[in-house]
Amino acid sequence: MARSQLSPHSGAAQASSVEAGEGRSAHAGPRVDHFRLENGMDVVVIPDHRAPVVTHMVWYRNGSADDPRGKSGIAHFLEHLMFKGTHAHKQGEFSHLVAELGGQENAFTSYDFTAYFQRVAREHLGTMMEFEADRMTGLNLTDEVVAPERDVVMEERRMRTEADPAAQLDEALNAALYTHHAYGVPIIGWGHEIETLDRQDALDYYRRFYTPENAILVVAGDVEAPEVEMLARQTYGKIPARGEAPLRRRPREPEPRAERIVKLADPKVEQPQFERIYLVPSAHTGEKGEAEALDILAHHLGGGQTSLLFRRLVLERKLAVSAGAYYYSDALDDSRFYVYALPAEGVSLEELERGVDEVLAELQRDGVSREDVERAATRLVADAVYAQDSQASLARWFGSALANGGTVQEVLGWSARIEAVAVEDVAKALKWLNKRRAVSGFLLKDQAAA
Amino acid sequence: MNAPATAVSRAARVQHVVSPGGVAAWLVEDYAVPLVAMEFSFAGGGSQDPAGKAGAGALLASLLDEGAGDLEAEAFHRALDDHAIRLSFSAERDEFYGHLQTLSRHTEKAFELMALALNAPRFDAEPIERVRGQINAVLRRESADPDAMAAQAWRRTAWAGHPYARSARGELGEIDAVTRDDLVSLHGRILARDTLKVSVVGAIDAETLGHQLDALFARLPAKAQLTPIPEIAIQGLGRRIVVEYDVPQANIRFGRPGLARRDPDYIPAMVVNHILGGGAFTSRLWQEVREKRGLTYSVYSMLATAEHSPSFIGSTSTKNERAAESLSVIETECARLAAEGPTAEELEKAKKYLVGSYALRFDTSTKIAGHLLQLQRDGFEAEYLDRRNAEVEAVTLDDARRAATRLIGDAKLLVAIVGRPEGVAEQAAA
Repeated sequence: MARSQLSPHSGAAQASSVEAGEGRSAHAGPRVDHFRLENGMDVVVIPDHRAPVVTHMVWYRNGSADDPRGKSGIAHFLEHLMFKGTHAHKQGEFSHLVAELGGQENAFTSYDFTAYFQRVAREHLGTMMEFEADRMTGLNLTDEVVAPERDVVMEERRMRTEADPAAQLDEALNAALYTHHAYGVPIIGWGHEIETLDRQDALDYYRRFYTPENAILVVAGDVEAPEVEMLARQTYGKIPARGEAPLRRRPREPEPRAERIVKLADPKVEQPQFERIYLVPSAHTGEKGEAEALDILAHHLGGGQTSLLFRRLVLERKLAVSAGAYYYSDALDDSRFYVYALPAEGVSLEELERGVDEVLAELQRDGVSREDVERAATRLVADAVYAQDSQASLARWFGSALANGGTVQEVLGWSARIEAVAVEDVAKALKWLNKRRAVSGFLLKDQAAA
Repeated sequence: MNAPATAVSRAARVQHVVSPGGVAAWLVEDYAVPLVAMEFSFAGGGSQDPAGKAGAGALLASLLDEGAGDLEAEAFHRALDDHAIRLSFSAERDEFYGHLQTLSRHTEKAFELMALALNAPRFDAEPIERVRGQINAVLRRESADPDAMAAQAWRRTAWAGHPYARSARGELGEIDAVTRDDLVSLHGRILARDTLKVSVVGAIDAETLGHQLDALFARLPAKAQLTPIPEIAIQGLGRRIVVEYDVPQANIRFGRPGLARRDPDYIPAMVVNHILGGGAFTSRLWQEVREKRGLTYSVYSMLATAEHSPSFIGSTSTKNERAAESLSVIETECARLAAEGPTAEELEKAKKYLVGSYALRFDTSTKIAGHLLQLQRDGFEAEYLDRRNAEVEAVTLDDARRAATRLIGDAKLLVAIVGRPEGVAEQAAA
């Protein structure tokens, strides 16, 4: 996961305008402005004048991992309900307006944040801000709209998970990896708890988290900071501060000790797979440079067809048709490092797992070379340049960084930090790939039931 | 593409580049980001797969970057990776596509490697078998995916006996029959200069691009050798197919004939489709199926412009117990729109959406290049970029009613359902 690279929080944000950090990268990064409204709401502006459009996003620093126990899915359910109208604007009014303006809109919920966005012609930015600011505090929910929307979410869960054994295995793996922390609960929630969520649950959650101190405005596109600042003051700036940002109270995952194995056999499985997830530090919990070293490690081990796993398992030993690794650095709490492989025909998952373990043992024994590290860094830094082609990608990158306690400067300095990763840093990061920290998953065809 | 859409011509930014060797391309020169994006295509994708060998084109597409010239597969990928070049090919139903993105400082290397891939693919035995295995893994997974199963059941009835009945991504079993000779033959037949269209966006000037175009394409055969594909009408209207499958949701795919892209009623039909089931949270299907009744997470309809059989298709998924209700709401909404047409207010709003959202197609280099390529494939000049919104604005209520009648007609749909839908029985064509 090349675009999830954020660093720990390093102090209060101040008004600033910064260019990309130093480094070997030939091209400077995007120009970004960052300031904070008096009520505590952060504002990030990323000018891109190639097309007369803007991407307007509001991020809240709360996600499914902040769902109260027994109320799993409430962050996501509320995200749906945020489209149901406010005291000032009746249900559907905002969506109809966005459509009429030729805009696109949506929202998404993750473990650590929830975000809402519209993409519109530049002249409509102020209108989007008015409506988005209005629904930060003015949500109006009735049982008549809550009940069918709960059905919609149940259908979403049926669509994504209930018919797909691979998705069910993924839920079981995460539940086994996180024995205590809420990353072990699906973002959408468990079905039996979603069914019980009601209007009051949604409003309680809304009032706790939807405040200016907890929000980040990101605008990317055909604008400059002074205009955004003026519009933001006229809209979001009028929302009274609550006094302090809501606290996220999350239990820490205990130190893992036991290797875990999870198997799911289902008659619907036509393509078996093996995957393993290690509990590792995130950009937020790791020591300085640790997440960057894990980024390099994931790319060297499993990023594409020149990676170690692909070469050994697919090209040389022909045990797999595909194999790779990826790392989610972008998390508030300890995160996940994935290794996966799809078996070639006639290869058992046990045989495949042995193959994966042999590659990992080789890596532990031989480490990585200077050349390996430089190759991975070149590729990761290039991905950051490619991201600049899309204002929507840039907006997401900065939004998720700030939502997880990072800063604009840290995002802009990412390429330089990746280029600074040394062989020894990667060697140190290898300690996290320990089976006692991991859960291994086997997706199998249930032959008996077939 | 710069500047407010209303004020400045998009077409004026498109340069028509013709190489010394006669290869043409559309170019939008832009140095804001140090990247070059290129999209190109040849006529003849999966529909050119030999009988019994569905997926030959897909296999060919996946093999062009698996070794070329003196570079074997691993060395070729290493060269791409070391320069962070993103190169891929794909076979769709009617076209064979190439996609390139490169940092501008590696443009020469990118074109050098792509020229090798296009002109001198090795087709070594190891990558053929490996990629075949990868495609089979994807097809096996799809064979158990209810949404893919519904699309397959629909396709096989709608276009029975026609190449469109097969997936351009391949069919299980058939991909195993494809030989190296098939790949060499397909490569020689499809990759030719007479059907080639090229669009480029980014940090490159016309003269440099001109020379590169020759290095890339001038050595390809002048003329493609395509198997003619017959026109076919969509079959099975009024039929309902149920594929029994033990999943909690019924996956419903519905459709009927659509309109060709160059049909004079295509733009009115696009407006009508937007009103019925287009991509905003305001469509009738969205409102009736999802918002009011909570029957589904996703419901949409769309116009698909396959060259030899345009279609109007849609899809949803809903719990088995309420499948009959979902289907009934969809059928009712189709019939109502065909009979009454849209309201004047709906028409105005839909036009505003379609006009306003056009600008959102021009915000990344790859999206711009892709759209310019599509215009070329559909036979438009670059001037169409400035005309398109006027065509949408010109749609009258009469146009919309006529298009609704042509598009939805008697509202007879071919429906394929995968799951255990309650109260929905198989139904032969009425």
